[in-house]
Amino acid sequence: MAFSSDDVERIAHLARIEIEPRDTEQMLAQLTGIFGLIEHMQSVNTDGVEAMAHARDVTLRLRDDKVTEPDQRVAFQEGIAPQVEAGLYLVPKVIE
Amino acid sequence: MLNFTIRQLGVELAAKRVSSVEVARYFFQRAATLGKTLNAFITLDEEKTLAQARAADALIANGKATPLTGVPIAHKDIFCAKGWRTTCGSKMLSNFTSPYDAHVIERCNAAGAVMLGKTNMDEFAMGSSNETSFYGPVRNPWNIETVPGGSSGGSAAAIAARLAPAATGTDTGGSIRQPAALSGVCGLKPTYGVCSRYGMIAFASSLDQAGPFAKTAEDLALLLNAMAGFDARDSTSLERAPEDYTRDLAQSIKGLRIGLPKEFFAEGIAPDVARAIEQTIVEFKKLGAAVVEVSLPNMKLSVPVYYVLAPAEASSNLARYDGVRYGYRAPAYVDLIDMYKKTRAQGFGAEVKRRILIGTYMLSHGYYDAYYLKAQKLRRLIADDFVTVFKQCDVILGPTAPTTAFKIGEKTADPVQMYLSDIYTIAVNLAGLPGISIPCGFDGKGLPVGLQIIGNYFGEAKMLNIAHQYQQVTDWHTRMPPETAA
Repeated sequence: MAFSSDDVERIAHLARIEIEPRDTEQMLAQLTGIFGLIEHMQSVNTDGVEAMAHARDVTLRLRDDKVTEPDQRVAFQEGIAPQVEAGLYLVPKVIE
Repeated sequence: MLNFTIRQLGVELAAKRVSSVEVARYFFQRAATLGKTLNAFITLDEEKTLAQARAADALIANGKATPLTGVPIAHKDIFCAKGWRTTCGSKMLSNFTSPYDAHVIERCNAAGAVMLGKTNMDEFAMGSSNETSFYGPVRNPWNIETVPGGSSGGSAAAIAARLAPAATGTDTGGSIRQPAALSGVCGLKPTYGVCSRYGMIAFASSLDQAGPFAKTAEDLALLLNAMAGFDARDSTSLERAPEDYTRDLAQSIKGLRIGLPKEFFAEGIAPDVARAIEQTIVEFKKLGAAVVEVSLPNMKLSVPVYYVLAPAEASSNLARYDGVRYGYRAPAYVDLIDMYKKTRAQGFGAEVKRRILIGTYMLSHGYYDAYYLKAQKLRRLIADDFVTVFKQCDVILGPTAPTTAFKIGEKTADPVQMYLSDIYTIAVNLAGLPGISIPCGFDGKGLPVGLQIIGNYFGEAKMLNIAHQYQQVTDWHTRMPPETAA
């Protein structure tokens, strides 16, 4: 697959990772190498093969519809979250 | 004390010839000195370690000891441990103190084990050389110019240099077995689902599995006994009756059918590695095992398949690092999106960013079917190869890695070359099978070679039996790096 620096910028935006313009070319070269490796997959015909999503054919368990988690808001925020106030996480203004 | 196994430490502690506190001080001292030279640990906390050792002494005094009580264990820094800084090798979590324990940590603590510290690792377990760690590379005790392997490089180096009698690790594509091989120690990746992933920082959830490092197969069994077990908080944890993984150690392996996949001995394997493995096969024949040639025709696709699936899962798992609830946040930004982007640009290292970008691409519109779905189909073919092979043999033997330890910096410029060092281990993760690596010789430069034993699902006790029997007639596992005893 042909891969361009526009693609790198687009994916980086989707992944929410800022990439300096001076680093785009190196990232492009490395990703192109890795995609070259990945292209080997196309050498095998997989028509009719069932996709394997998991290491074992596991069925996810269901649990009773009961509250099990205690309130640990303070313990999970204080000294852990970058910015909190009145039990809320603070982020830059989202709505103008 | 330097070379005591878990079993021997247990005997000494039970007979009160040594106390848990003395054992902890001895290994802590090593971890803080030689461990510093090797950069094997990210976090040490003498007070916490000694407090656990005192508690272990109380358990022994009250007759409540388990085989792990008073045994210092070095935990990979991927396991959340309450009150301990837990970084996963990343700047992103450099300021994160975990408010809870991983299931594996809970189990070890409940057994009375003493936490010796948090070992260095590739950032978010993404790497095969321990060079992607934000905290610097780990050095291989056999030659400090070489890598210990990765991603659990700190745990492997800690066992090799006798900084700890036992350690934990995780294995997504070889991250226990490959460093065990390159560092000359024993490491086991259990069947997927045997150890709970709760509190184990996620990389690729359908592949990640925790396991033990130690000097002997018997010690692997003892540590696995503590680590394994059902946990409702991991949705893929298996509900099975508890096993004693030591139960078959003493059995004869006469009549064992060993499968040798021809793909393991094709191009790419270093001659010294091939020679060591061939000599090992001779030993197994002497023990009464029979050898059959088998084939894993789709194994060659395991690296490409892995580098679609693991990054795809990683891009999703690592979306949580956004600078809002925990971890690093960029100091300056203009708005919310800019805060996310700068936080992630500054908090993640180059390899982690590469993999997130690959995964994001694979899951993006227009590429999902061609790459992600294709990889999942190939995963099925790779797993089916093993089903076929295990009709012809009881276990599979081969090299763990194609080469011995390589020089620090040798493969960092070319990610693809680095990825290929996991060529013999990745297929096992894709299939969810158990695998062990044990020392089986040295190359011409004195660097250790690892033998990989791959078992069928839940074949851990059998594999440990085979490894233990081999260790009864060979002494590779007792060899120590030259500087270690000093």
